[in-house]
Amino acid sequence: MKLLTLNFLTCAVKSCKSSSDSFPLHPKDAELASDDVEVNPELLVNLLPRLDWKALKTTSTELGFPQLPDSPPTVEELQADEKLLRDLHSLLMETNLMEGKLVCGVCGHEYAVREGIPNFLLPSHLV
Amino acid sequence: MSRPEDTLLADVHYDDVEARKYTTSSRIQNIQASMTRRALELLDLKTPSLILDVGCGSGLSGEILSDIPPEEGGPHVWIGMDISPSMLDVALQRDVEGDLFLADIGQGVPFRAGTFDAAISISAIQWLCNAESSETSPQQRLARFFGGLYQSLKRGGRAVCQFYPKNDVQKQMITSAAVKAGFGAGMLEDDPDTKNVKVYLVLTAGQSAVANTRSGDITGVVENMEGVDVVDNRRTGKSSGKGEIKKGSKQWIIKKKEQMERKGKVVKSTSKYTGRKRRIAF
Repeated sequence: MKLLTLNFLTCAVKSCKSSSDSFPLHPKDAELASDDVEVNPELLVNLLPRLDWKALKTTSTELGFPQLPDSPPTVEELQADEKLLRDLHSLLMETNLMEGKLVCGVCGHEYAVREGIPNFLLPSHLV
Repeated sequence: MSRPEDTLLADVHYDDVEARKYTTSSRIQNIQASMTRRALELLDLKTPSLILDVGCGSGLSGEILSDIPPEEGGPHVWIGMDISPSMLDVALQRDVEGDLFLADIGQGVPFRAGTFDAAISISAIQWLCNAESSETSPQQRLARFFGGLYQSLKRGGRAVCQFYPKNDVQKQMITSAAVKAGFGAGMLEDDPDTKNVKVYLVLTAGQSAVANTRSGDITGVVENMEGVDVVDNRRTGKSSGKGEIKKGSKQWIIKKKEQMERKGKVVKSTSKYTGRKRRIAF
């Protein structure tokens, strides 16, 4: 599961939907892997305004990456700076969470991640 | 041939053997591929987008999404949800590029608001019409799914769902659930009235901020296509009047007599003379 996806994923439990703390989910016992993906600059430009930068900072720090800058790069900066684009691409698209758990900040529910696939099946009393 | 949806649950039917058979069958691969391409045509995506694949299975449609060349607006990044672990396992073996989730779409779509540019679903949502257990009903599952989908799509985002309705009742159930969730909905049928009919549910999530003429809306895209029924409940229609029985007419009199009889009063029996105009004596 790419780090990009983690920036959009929330807790599936019904009662957590109204709370803003159910996003982002916190990785626990995370095992990461790196993939080789072709850079898609148009896609990154498309997604940039939708990324929650604060959440991305939190997640990357939790996973042990160096601290990200406080404010996101603008579209112009991204298009101008090749290295910035590569770094962002590498962080979002090439970093994969393979094993571990994702914990919700509100209800504490833990979603297991196995072989890169998180298990989001909920028992009926939580739906 | 009976439908698999009638006999088993989705995750039970698609076990390891069935998953392998499904994915390796060239006939199925071809059908799924053509339906995916058709759905992409309807989505009309101009730039590489983040797409949700509902019921992604072994990634047959996802592979096509990842392989769309830049001239056609690709390649797209997709996130897939499926309830069958065996199908997802096959997807892993095929090394698909999209992210996979083991999830039940009838429980909702766990992404934050406005995440996806578009959503695609091939041969999946008819599985929602079954009551999995006594705790949820098909209506609840459909409502939860469409509600979650609406919220997780960006405003103006589109979703195309190809599915196999068992009958008109199912078609109605699915369409009305989508409209209730706030979508503008339309139904497209390819090869209607044949055995190979393919039904596509085409949805738009709200109005986009940048609406270029009318084609910001899905009704604009399908305007030129044949065989499209647009169901648009976003316009409020005139509601029908009180009732159809005119006061003073014979039906009204008979209705009143039935009411009185139910109350226990003595009522004269109905005959051909009931409510007939009397001859004015004076």
